[in-house]
Amino acid sequence: MNRRTVLSFLSTSALALDVFASLPAHADVLDNVKKSGTLRVAVPQDFPPFGTVGADMKPQGYDIDMAALIAKDLGVKLELIPVSSTNRIPYITTGKADLVISSLGKNPDREKVIDFSVAYAPFYNGVFGPADAKAASVADLAGKTVGVTRGSVEDLELTKIAPAAVTIKRFEDNNSTISAYLSGQTQFAATGNVVAAALNERTKLRPLTPKFLIKNSPCFVGVNKGEAALLGKVNEVIAKAKKDGSLNQIAQKWLHNPLPADL
Amino acid sequence: MAYQFDFSAILPYSGQLASGIGYTMLLTTTGALAGVALGILGAVLRAWRIQPFAWLFGLYVELIRNTPFIVQLFFIFFGLPALGLRLGEGTAAVLAVIINLAAYSTEIIRAGIQAIPRGQIEAAGSLAMTRSQIFRHVVLRPALQKVWPALSSQIVIVMLGTSVCSQIAAEELTFAANFIQSRNFRAFETYIIVALLYLALSVGLRAVLARIGSRFVVRRRTA
Repeated sequence: MNRRTVLSFLSTSALALDVFASLPAHADVLDNVKKSGTLRVAVPQDFPPFGTVGADMKPQGYDIDMAALIAKDLGVKLELIPVSSTNRIPYITTGKADLVISSLGKNPDREKVIDFSVAYAPFYNGVFGPADAKAASVADLAGKTVGVTRGSVEDLELTKIAPAAVTIKRFEDNNSTISAYLSGQTQFAATGNVVAAALNERTKLRPLTPKFLIKNSPCFVGVNKGEAALLGKVNEVIAKAKKDGSLNQIAQKWLHNPLPADL
Repeated sequence: MAYQFDFSAILPYSGQLASGIGYTMLLTTTGALAGVALGILGAVLRAWRIQPFAWLFGLYVELIRNTPFIVQLFFIFFGLPALGLRLGEGTAAVLAVIINLAAYSTEIIRAGIQAIPRGQIEAAGSLAMTRSQIFRHVVLRPALQKVWPALSSQIVIVMLGTSVCSQIAAEELTFAANFIQSRNFRAFETYIIVALLYLALSVGLRAVLARIGSRFVVRRRTA
């Protein structure tokens, strides 16, 4: 191979490489979705109230409703792909799903692999109590009793921030913490909003209404890296749904509490 | 072995252990005094078949002796508020201990009373002793004397049983242990220390009960 041939080979390869590098931009996922008329969404199947299988064997939950909302806005058919919490991100990175809506929290490790939309669902630990009880911060709990499950995130955080005047009652498990609240043995309960939602759905004895947050980790829609068009569209749909109240409806339906204002 | 034992991890929590011991002792003392007093009442009513109280006490004894302590405790703490009776975890724990011990001690003391020969009571009557004198000196004391070891054991069992009260957030010794274990994850060190503390409490309680027995219950041979 002489010098010229080598050079021309190199330049062709470079051209070829260039074409490959720009391929993803051409194979825009949003375009593909529109062309194929289907939006493939990875959803949970074992994580109520975000995603479960209903009595009719169809997936249901907050994440499924969110997926349907996006598909409707795009005017395409929705295809749900049930995933587990370990394989939900690989489904996106390998292109088997267009979006992951699977109660996904954001962290730096995940941000290296996929891109996140704006938050679409609240997921937090907080202090809950009766609707008429006032407690905007931990200081307002002075002289009150708060039930908490021993050793939980809520226990550790609350123990750190609560002044001495707050009586923290530590119970063995979530069930005892909740029972103590329901029977009025504690005035407040510190737990997760998902636990509160499940409880509010099962009993009307003493509804748990959110008072303040202890630890916040909302859920985001995940898309593959470099899908700016898709991400922009998803963000647009979420923003619109927040504005017109349809996301709040989903929150009321599955979490039995309104969407937090700061989400 | 891979596990590194570290008993110093318990040290920062010694205050909690001490207050846990105090709580357990208070629970046991209150429970034992009221429980045995109630047991004596029940035993007399049952032994002498004073109706309808004898029948009612019989029902109560069967109900308590045939259900688990933790269920009784949960019923008082979580269940009764539904009827408008809301007891704090301390009151609920003491009440559960009293109710439980009273049922067992009723039966233990009843056995002692029924073991008193009828002739002994008649003999006391023929010596012109008053009813209350007969009850104190001829019935109760000999009865308690006969069953004192069994009663002491039951009180120790109840003391160990108070560990269950940790489940309703009563901050006794086991609660302290569970709390410490949830913070330093030193399960071996925490529970072995607490087990030894319970052992010491039991041995101490037995010694105190033996002392009370020999001083007040067992007849002193005075001239």
